[in-house]
Amino acid sequence: MQNSDNTDLPRLIRSIEEVDAGLSAAGYIASRRISTAIYIAHHLRKPILVEGPAGVGKTELAKSLATWLMLPLIRMQCYEGLDEAKALYEWKYGKQLLYTQILRDKVGTLIGDAHDLGTALDRLHAFGDVFFSKSFLEPRPLLRALEQPGGAVLLIDEIDKSDQEFEAFLLELLSDYQVTIPEIGTVAATVPPIVLLTSNSTRDLGDALKRRCLHLHIGFPDEKLEARIIASRVPGIDARLLAQLVAFVQQLRGLDLKKPPSVSESIDWARVMVLMHSAVLAQDTVRDTLNVLLKFESDIEAAARHISDLTRKAQQAVVTAR
Amino acid sequence: MSAAPSAAPASVPSSASEPLRRFLQVARGAGLRVSAAEGIDAARALDLVGFSDRSVLKDTLGLVLAKTPDEKVLYEETFELYFQRHEFSDWINAELTPSAVAQDTSSRTADGSGQEHGSEGPPLSELLESDDPAALATSMEIAARASGIEKILYLTQKNRYVREILNRMGLRAVQEQIDALRARGTLDATAEAQRLEARTERLRDSTRDFVERSLLLFARGETEALRERLLKSTRLANLDRHDLERTRVLVRRMAKRLATRYARTRRRRRRGQLDVRRTLRRNMGWGGVPFLTVWKQKRIEKARVMVLCDVSGSVAWVSQFLLMFLYALTEVLSDIRSFAYSGSLIEVSDILEDQPFDEAITRVATSMGYGSSNYGNALADFERGWMKDITNKTTVIILGDARGNGTDPRADILERVSKRAKRIIWLNPEFRSSWGTGDSDMYRYAPYCGLVRVCSTLNDMERVINDLLEAAA
Repeated sequence: MQNSDNTDLPRLIRSIEEVDAGLSAAGYIASRRISTAIYIAHHLRKPILVEGPAGVGKTELAKSLATWLMLPLIRMQCYEGLDEAKALYEWKYGKQLLYTQILRDKVGTLIGDAHDLGTALDRLHAFGDVFFSKSFLEPRPLLRALEQPGGAVLLIDEIDKSDQEFEAFLLELLSDYQVTIPEIGTVAATVPPIVLLTSNSTRDLGDALKRRCLHLHIGFPDEKLEARIIASRVPGIDARLLAQLVAFVQQLRGLDLKKPPSVSESIDWARVMVLMHSAVLAQDTVRDTLNVLLKFESDIEAAARHISDLTRKAQQAVVTAR
Repeated sequence: MSAAPSAAPASVPSSASEPLRRFLQVARGAGLRVSAAEGIDAARALDLVGFSDRSVLKDTLGLVLAKTPDEKVLYEETFELYFQRHEFSDWINAELTPSAVAQDTSSRTADGSGQEHGSEGPPLSELLESDDPAALATSMEIAARASGIEKILYLTQKNRYVREILNRMGLRAVQEQIDALRARGTLDATAEAQRLEARTERLRDSTRDFVERSLLLFARGETEALRERLLKSTRLANLDRHDLERTRVLVRRMAKRLATRYARTRRRRRRGQLDVRRTLRRNMGWGGVPFLTVWKQKRIEKARVMVLCDVSGSVAWVSQFLLMFLYALTEVLSDIRSFAYSGSLIEVSDILEDQPFDEAITRVATSMGYGSSNYGNALADFERGWMKDITNKTTVIILGDARGNGTDPRADILERVSKRAKRIIWLNPEFRSSWGTGDSDMYRYAPYCGLVRVCSTLNDMERVINDLLEAAA
């Protein structure tokens, strides 16, 4: 691990600041807490469970991490009914069947001169488990992540959508970076992948899972951080518009909404504003583009009542900031 | 499980383990569930980031120790409280730097051997004389630890701990000194005694303060847990208005747990067993080699529930909780209709669905009034309005004490309901011994009910709802 030039091993992250710089080079503006989490996870070799509302950049974090570290990103989307055949491995049934058919003659000749059943069986046993070897194994995301020679970033997305049984099945992988395949044995990772699990808290995750992970909660960013994020994602944006826009979104989150706008939505909104060549936040434009920020009819209605008020405040906020 | 081949050796790093150990104890006391493995993780993480940056330290421990939003809040409070307790920052720094830890621990073991006051430090009178807050705080901390302040549980123990800490700090010697000074009687000596006395008084105050903060720090989780256990088994009728908010949280948590468990059994049933006949049929094309499997499936009905809640003065309190419970379960119960009755009966489903719970309850109460109950009337209303909606999948739950103030019980209506419905569950908040006494018609209704239960505590209620869900699955 000392030699970071050695390509077989993942590079060693030396400080929290390095995480900060690396992620922002990959286009992800991380808060201090996120960088700390990555740094610690990397050194303790622990998975990180990332929780937070939708659209605050949980998945994006994994992508940027992979870009920065130049590791392949392997993503597994969880859903109800996901099982190990889809997550870990599956036998290539078709290939097995085909090969047995093709090799039928070969098998015939091999055991043809056996005099009785016992000898024939013994000879068959000698082949070992030819048809249950790795060449007949179809690796699914988890197994693939373990088999990457240079390590990988494994993203287990929306773990809360999967069943409790599946969660239990993940435990071996998360604590020891190995999985057990009954027919073959235990497969351990050559280089432990960096594992990120995300959850929207639709259900409570088990204690056993949580115990094995670091827990990172990403909430909505504060005004300063959000401005930096948008600036990095929408490079052409005017500084004044940016400040007003962020102030507006921050206020909007304070209203009682079904789904408050997340970072990804404020980025979209900023893009729209740039496309429309708006120099400042104007009430009419806000009214017309509110559906970019809010995804529920009732929310839009609720917010529409406050638009003039919020816009004025957003404009003032900039004035006082200067 | 054997050690992971890939993971770094999980040895507990020696540095920092003592202050961390105490913080973990505090965190557990506050109600965070910190396992031993997480403790080791915390130590390893601290080795990595060090103590120099307080915000990094806070973030780091938060990552390892607090794993739900609730726990995060609790953790942040505890962290602040813990480090606020050591008001003298230079002293914290000295303690938290690994080099100082060794000395600190050794001095503590010396102190722990039961001496009256720390032999290595100057006597208390000198400390008071110098009026050095940092030195006093250190002395207090050491005395507190020696007196086992971590074990404090109740407010009533406060005075005992204050006394104990002061004794260990060597208050008695100071008292003797004051007495001696006074006995000398000179002007100088009296002034000196007065000054010492004033400072002792201040010390007493700050010790009291210190113990109070410790109580907050160490005993919060325990007290909380105790109160919850009590609440669950207290009769609902005896619950204080004061406890309502806490109870509501408790009810919601119970309901959530039930919902999760019930959802699981439903899923398990859906997965089913192999349907051999249909599998063979499906795979005829491949000569009966089962490529595609077909599973036996069982249709699962969601429970349809009609709840009749007595809101007459005597039991309204209990029905509130039942409604709360059922509404928390709406995810798994597809079809709940609720009715409120006292003298007559009305449907309140809409009110409860559209409005926040407090308001809804008040509205139900005002529209029905806390009148005296008339079961015959209420049942007649129910038969007239809603009998046609009862199917053989409907479970009817009636919550009430069956005390109709001597009016006609009309058990015949209940008989007709029982013929149409899947079953009737009667929950009675009264003890079994008082059923059938006075104006109670419980035993007249009982023959038509599939289940009659005493339901007077939250625990009872959870059990009943659990049965209900299991019967539906």
